[in-house]
Amino acid sequence: MSVQTQILERLEQALSPLSLEVINESHQHSGPGSETHFKVIAVSEVFLGQNRVSRHRQVNALLENLIGNPIHALSLQLFTQAEWEARSGVALTSPACRGGSKAVGA
Amino acid sequence: MSRDVIKEIEEEIKTHKVMLYMKGTPEQPMCGFSYTVIEILNQVGQPYASVNILADQEKREAIKQYSNWPTIPQLYINGEFVGGCDITREMFESGELKQVVDQAFAATV
Repeated sequence: MSVQTQILERLEQALSPLSLEVINESHQHSGPGSETHFKVIAVSEVFLGQNRVSRHRQVNALLENLIGNPIHALSLQLFTQAEWEARSGVALTSPACRGGSKAVGA
Repeated sequence: MSRDVIKEIEEEIKTHKVMLYMKGTPEQPMCGFSYTVIEILNQVGQPYASVNILADQEKREAIKQYSNWPTIPQLYINGEFVGGCDITREMFESGELKQVVDQAFAATV
């Protein structure tokens, strides 16, 4: 199963998201066909009442054994439905890679 | 005597109101996420300190344990863990980051 599919399945199951996007951005960094850099945009009511750090910790825990290897970089944008609507459904773009860790992992 | 890395981290985040654990240096960030946080801190305009965890493998592992956070960069303000690149950006865009940093400096001046 691809890393992208694993992320999708785990988050679908745990977050019951109203919207979930798992974007493979690895081509910007590691070449075609690789699965190292991902951006996740999730809208879920599970995040209600949780601060940002706690939301990220929850998602990081769900992906625990994937982070570091094979996932080298993971951008998380986690919103409740009201927050997502307030942003008019606009997520942030990911920063460009600067190559410092290509050999050493996350 | 063996090294107490956790104690070093506690000292660092206590000593510096804004403390960043990053890959590379502010002059030469070695990762897009670290670079983004440096750009933001420069725009916020208050002084900050940083540790290059690429040059300190022991601290690199220790900081992840310390904050229960698996990735670098990690930003601390007033001794408290704030988050990584995504959270820093969200807080910067909403104006909350500048507010928190300015407050941290205002508190003791």
